[in-house]
Amino acid sequence: MQFFLEVLIGGLLSGVMYSLVALGFVLIFKASGVFNFAQGAMVYFAALSLVGVMGKGAPLWLAFILAFGIMTILGIATEKFVLRKMVNQAPISLFMATIGLAFFIEGLAPLLWGNDVRALEIGLVDEPIPYLLDSFNIVVSSFDLTAAGLALALVAGLALFFQFTRVGRALRAVADDHQAALSIGIPLQHIWALVWAVAGFVALVAGMLWGSRNGVQFALTFTALKALPVLILGGFTSVPGAIVGGLIIGASEKLAEIYIPPVMQSMFGGNFGGIEGWFPYVMALLFLLVRPEGLFGEKHIDRV
Amino acid sequence: MFYRETGQFKNSYAADQQVFPIRQDRVGIAILLAVAFLVVPLVAGNYWFNAIFIPFLIFALAALGLNILTGYAGQLSLGSAAFMAVGAYAAYNFQVRVEGMPILMSFILGGLTAAGVGILFGLPSLRIKGFYLAVATLAAQFFIVWCLTKFPYLSNNSSSGVISVPGVEMLGFKFDTPQSRYLLVLSIVTSMALLAKNMVRSTTGRSWMAVRDMDVAAEVIGIRLMRTKLLAFAVSSFYCGVAGALYAFCYLGSVEPDGFSLDLSFKILFMIIVGGVGSILGSFLGAAFILLLPIFLDITLPAIAGLLSLPFDSATVSHIQLMVFGALIMFFLIVEPHGLARLWQIGKEKLRLWPFPH
Repeated sequence: MQFFLEVLIGGLLSGVMYSLVALGFVLIFKASGVFNFAQGAMVYFAALSLVGVMGKGAPLWLAFILAFGIMTILGIATEKFVLRKMVNQAPISLFMATIGLAFFIEGLAPLLWGNDVRALEIGLVDEPIPYLLDSFNIVVSSFDLTAAGLALALVAGLALFFQFTRVGRALRAVADDHQAALSIGIPLQHIWALVWAVAGFVALVAGMLWGSRNGVQFALTFTALKALPVLILGGFTSVPGAIVGGLIIGASEKLAEIYIPPVMQSMFGGNFGGIEGWFPYVMALLFLLVRPEGLFGEKHIDRV
Repeated sequence: MFYRETGQFKNSYAADQQVFPIRQDRVGIAILLAVAFLVVPLVAGNYWFNAIFIPFLIFALAALGLNILTGYAGQLSLGSAAFMAVGAYAAYNFQVRVEGMPILMSFILGGLTAAGVGILFGLPSLRIKGFYLAVATLAAQFFIVWCLTKFPYLSNNSSSGVISVPGVEMLGFKFDTPQSRYLLVLSIVTSMALLAKNMVRSTTGRSWMAVRDMDVAAEVIGIRLMRTKLLAFAVSSFYCGVAGALYAFCYLGSVEPDGFSLDLSFKILFMIIVGGVGSILGSFLGAAFILLLPIFLDITLPAIAGLLSLPFDSATVSHIQLMVFGALIMFFLIVEPHGLARLWQIGKEKLRLWPFPH
């Protein structure tokens, strides 16, 4: 039971980290209808920029601000040179363009900052929390807990930003209906650039947390692949969906990794580790068969 | 002047319905095939066969498969490499486990197995569309590669799923020189491309296109969605499967599951974007382009760096390659969404009028 709880909590905490990446997808999808496959590459780029600037001797807070600046420039450039030119094309073409963007960023990042694995020190320690260890005998990493707390704070902040500021209201208007938003004088292109900048900010936070955990390396781009099942489970358009989806995927993935391979081993023999790679996808897929728009997605009505 | 169909009258339905109705096209194709079948085997060296012609034909076949699914039926798939893997491993198993199995039969059975798996993973397409489906095909990509690594039976109990194929032999003739393997691949690819060309202008192909353009409307005019979509998945996976079998048997000789990674799927997707989505010719042009580009960059980049006296290593080359790939994809999607095939078409339009455009 204790072990089960430990795995469950570990899974939930890593699920929050998945949500963080998924959040970047949701933001851009909501505001511009673009399914941004490059989010994982942006996480990598942001983390590398952060480490790169810190390597030049800047303290963490300054490096964070500078890296955010870099991500903003990247976002604005993407809007200006790619998205603006692809207005009115099919969403699936835009999706394929973001695959191209992902490749571009994955090449650009190591070209700018070098491609060796770097450690990122942000002053969080990875130790079991003494209180939980003593009283319940459960190992919960303080790093994971802090990271999850940060992620939740970010989500809450974004929710407030969307709900109560003028810009947030404009963002929601654009997400709801581009043309209507344009007709009442909301500057569409500024909003898109802004959304990409915010997605860059989310990528930066995600990159910082993932990077300090596993080192800043190319594998960070795979965080996007972790976030995709979260997205289809939660629905592309829903911020709460990204959170709940992340928690479900994180927990079930870790539990499955612990409990399914032994069962398969007793059935077929051999070693069946590493099911984390596909399990979330298959789970999300089965879920989609029941509910095609995800948990919190908008119900899609087809018209001819 | 050279490409003018004036004066070519059709006197029968058969003539009107032939694959290449314009005489210049027929002559062009005949010359192309003659060169490919007769001149190339005599002229080209082993490097050309092993590094360029054979992979080009195999990738073109895989791109053709994806193009049927994505370009004609409108279902985006990110799992084509996985279906290639199914084809390769199934063909291998039929070849190794069944005594006296003809090699062509193995290829076909490999393709059919891939088609079966394709139908299985195509089932969600009946419920979900667009991005959701694209992500769902990733499930196939990861799951299949994992299965091939973890079930020793599938790779005949070799360690970590690596298979080394037996030699290709047909009716006592051993395909052991690059020339002979090139000719084998070329014959298979040519006949399958012709088949695809015919399929996309048949009822099946037209219903695919109707589903692609708007599936609700297609359903309303009486096209059976389930049949059409699953058929697209089956045919596409069959093509990818045969391509995978050829990839293992005629190109690499020994493959591992990780060779059929997501990167390969993306590469095939890029081929159809650059070549032309929804075009048979485009699959070939795209495959050639994506295959030749890295070779071209490998040669030119160090030379350019040498001119500018910049420090240069192989890692930098690979990074610049990634960037060029990405930039090209975006460039094509922005400037010419229908790819190289469309450029070819524009060229032909110009040639009709040249040299007297008015």
